[in-house]
Amino acid sequence: MKLNRKNKSKSEISTSSLPDIIFMLLIFFMVTTVMREFEGLDVVLPRAEKIEKLESKRHTVHIWMTKEGLVSVNDKIVNISNLGDVMYTKLINDPRITVSLKSDDESRMELLTEIHTQLRKAQALKLNYSSLTKAEDL
Amino acid sequence: MLKKPRRAEQQEINSSSMSDIAFLLLVFFLVTTTISLDKGISLILPADGNELEVNRKNIISIVINDKGKVLMDDQIIKVKSIKSKAEKKIAGNPNIIFSVTTNKNTKYRDYILVLDQLKQANATKISIANPSSF
Repeated sequence: MKLNRKNKSKSEISTSSLPDIIFMLLIFFMVTTVMREFEGLDVVLPRAEKIEKLESKRHTVHIWMTKEGLVSVNDKIVNISNLGDVMYTKLINDPRITVSLKSDDESRMELLTEIHTQLRKAQALKLNYSSLTKAEDL
Repeated sequence: MLKKPRRAEQQEINSSSMSDIAFLLLVFFLVTTTISLDKGISLILPADGNELEVNRKNIISIVINDKGKVLMDDQIIKVKSIKSKAEKKIAGNPNIIFSVTTNKNTKYRDYILVLDQLKQANATKISIANPSSF
């Protein structure tokens, strides 16, 4: 019994919708991209295991603190005694603010306590000690 | 002299390179997108001037000195063993509060290590005392 071979039809994947797909991906990435806004100061972040992600990048204020005691808020060097006022104005503009504190491994607790006090004064209570996971090398 | 009406030519913009342009933009955004690196140990600070009196029985004090040595419940222990100890304490008393006290010169690294251990033990009530009380 001979089997009738089916007509070999030239089957090609239609590429006409390719630009549409790419456009969609493009729009997705355009919407989700948040450009890195701040350069920051030179710090070596500590390492921890149980870490949580920050909820939203848009409602985050970054504070850098070097081991020399230099403090910057969103790339502006701030005198530590003014930190409370700076944070307070930020909090008025956006009440959902979380503070991401990027402090150096070697910095001293004296300075950190001062930051705590200033943040409490400004009522900016949501704090996140930025740290790396053990495996990461940065 | 009459002008001939121009023939309306149907001109179309060549759209065959559109996908190339879109590709290029796509690649650009793919490259510039950074996965959020913002992660760390979350903590909620107490509001200013909101001091509570707590029963001494519910407090476990953890003291970290400037060399990174840890004193928990008046015993020197290793940082790694804080987790298991804290877990036992929480199992015994869910309302327990861990009070972390540091010295002025304690390094931030040691503080984060201790905090990390407590977080790993799922401790929710962590209090941070002022180093000035030393």
